[in-house]
Amino acid sequence: MPVKTEVKQLVAAKTGNEAMAEAMRQIDPDVVAAYPITPATEIAQIFSSFVADGQVNTEMVTVESEHSALSACVGSAAAGARAMTATAAQGLMLMAEIMPIAAALRLPIVMPEVNRAISGPINIHCDHSDTMFCRDAGWIQIFSENTQEAYDNVLQAVRIAEHAKVRLPALVTTDGFIISHAMETIKILPDDEAKAFIGAYKANYSVLDAAHPITVGSIDLQNYYFEHRLPMINALKEAKAVIKQVGREFGEKYGRPYDLLEKYRMDDAETAIVCLGSTAGTAKDVVDALRDEGQKAGLLKIRVFRPFPVEDIAAVLAGLKAVAVLDRSDSLNGYGGPVFTEVCSALFNSIQKPKIVNYIYGLGGRDIDLHMLKSVYDRLASIKDGQDLGTIVDYLGARK
Amino acid sequence: MADTIEIRWHGRGGQGAKTAALLVADAAIATGKLAQAFPEYGPERMGAPVKAFNRISGQEIRVHCAVEHPSIVLVLDETLVDSVNVLEGLPENGTIIINTEKKPEEYRQKLNFPGNIFTVDASGIALKNIGLNKPNTPMLGALVKATGILDYEKMLADTAHKLQKKFKNKPEVIEGNVKAIKDAYEEVSK
Amino acid sequence: MTTMLDEKKYTANLPASELPEGGVWTEAGSSLMRKTGDWKVEQPVWDKAKCISCFTCWAYCPDSCMQIENGRMAGIDLEHCKGCGICANVCPPKVSAIKMEKAR
Repeated sequence: MPVKTEVKQLVAAKTGNEAMAEAMRQIDPDVVAAYPITPATEIAQIFSSFVADGQVNTEMVTVESEHSALSACVGSAAAGARAMTATAAQGLMLMAEIMPIAAALRLPIVMPEVNRAISGPINIHCDHSDTMFCRDAGWIQIFSENTQEAYDNVLQAVRIAEHAKVRLPALVTTDGFIISHAMETIKILPDDEAKAFIGAYKANYSVLDAAHPITVGSIDLQNYYFEHRLPMINALKEAKAVIKQVGREFGEKYGRPYDLLEKYRMDDAETAIVCLGSTAGTAKDVVDALRDEGQKAGLLKIRVFRPFPVEDIAAVLAGLKAVAVLDRSDSLNGYGGPVFTEVCSALFNSIQKPKIVNYIYGLGGRDIDLHMLKSVYDRLASIKDGQDLGTIVDYLGARK
Repeated sequence: MADTIEIRWHGRGGQGAKTAALLVADAAIATGKLAQAFPEYGPERMGAPVKAFNRISGQEIRVHCAVEHPSIVLVLDETLVDSVNVLEGLPENGTIIINTEKKPEEYRQKLNFPGNIFTVDASGIALKNIGLNKPNTPMLGALVKATGILDYEKMLADTAHKLQKKFKNKPEVIEGNVKAIKDAYEEVSK
Repeated sequence: MTTMLDEKKYTANLPASELPEGGVWTEAGSSLMRKTGDWKVEQPVWDKAKCISCFTCWAYCPDSCMQIENGRMAGIDLEHCKGCGICANVCPPKVSAIKMEKAR
């Protein structure tokens, strides 16, 4: 529930891309290096107008590829700068080589990223294949349901990434076109409030500090690589508490609390859909309609996919009767989607657990509407009442 | 969702259907409502049929799927009536506003639609006031007159404000657009 | 100021909890403890009389083994030289002050 807040926020009409660029303006990073790609182009484009108009003090680096964009961010972050970039799909995949390096060097780069299908076939519309492709790169991954969350998440990501216990890069995603190009009503913090919330950044080290020379990115062989990976692994575990704490503080100050998960009408739920991003909003309307009919339906939105909220998910879902995990990508493991397999593994050691099915949906921007989501809840209702599980992994809205 | 007004725009890439939807949402939000505007998810290609959507409500809008049953449809290019089902999902008491020189009665027969049909020569108004065939802003005037979904004066003020940001070095563009909206508001017929 | 690496720390197999964040080396001098000179099959022999101190070899040496004193070439650090022969290869032919010979 939104709490009373004294901070006067500006109500504005913004698209997802505009909202993320607005957050970047308030963050005023030292360095932004970016390369354009649909549907994320506008983020850096709008931000570059802030640079041109002198509204930020950022060094804007226009590079020749996404590989270079993230490399420039890594270089400047290693020099102690607060660095940001933005991309989508093929651009993210071109950054893929550099992403684990940014994480291993513990550089808190924050990247707005617009979820888009990966080629091929070539497609510019929304699905989560690009972000899931980079899920094991050591980056924090935060999914946004709408433009308000896109804005709030970018601000929070800076705090989370730069936290002393975390020091990891973070991706904040929106769904391509569905959110990136959709204008919605959002509340924007006053500039001074946003700046105060993220605070000043003090890097742990700088390659440009000539008085304290250091070596960054040196080779590690069999005797040290493992020990150098462990702190990063631990940082992702630590990040869960930090994400919760930052989300709680954001809620206390500005009336919009955040957690690793969002539970919608889950308290007495028997069935639930688990999903990420914009689909969660549509599903909430379906849940309300089902509740009006007396069905005990709920929704579990996974806001943070990396680190994966194993404990929280198990706690919420263990007591349910039937659950459908909706994946907007297929992991191409010959089985199901990445969210599904991880939710299943989160529940494996629970004594009590629900029946779980998986739906791959919305690939390449295929619309997911109220009827489709209703059909999923209808199936859960029949599974709950004893019908056979049937096909465990199915494809929602595809012509098979 | 019961009190949510859903709108669908039909246009051709370059005519400004998406921009018109954004302006409607912007004006709705400026007048204290909650709103969404979104294109039919994609890059617009010059001349290709495109769609854009609005939702306007007094309460939070959470759905993020395409509009299935709009209560209002706006057609920026009348040639689309022959190639696209502009009435799709529109209930019989719905409203359609078409950019054409023709009278509403001519379209009532052509569309065989019992609901509200409005026509306005938005292209002619745009050519006269802006010097370009950009019928999107005049359609805003027609929309507000035909449906009353927004406060006319506040919409005019917000649209002028929004255009000021976009065309700060071209005041004539802003004046032309505002005049076009006013003309369409006066000229739209039922 | 540069902090020099402690030899005990260099040779210890430290646990993850004692390593600096990001695998950064905050101390210098690990090469002092890592003598790579005994890897070589051939070694460079520098002729001081022929050398014109053009420093081409200094620029090319991948192991920073070319020693300079008072603005002149002063010798080669054979404790770290791996005998790659680049210095002999880039020494101007008219000068030819470095020759590769069998390592001793």
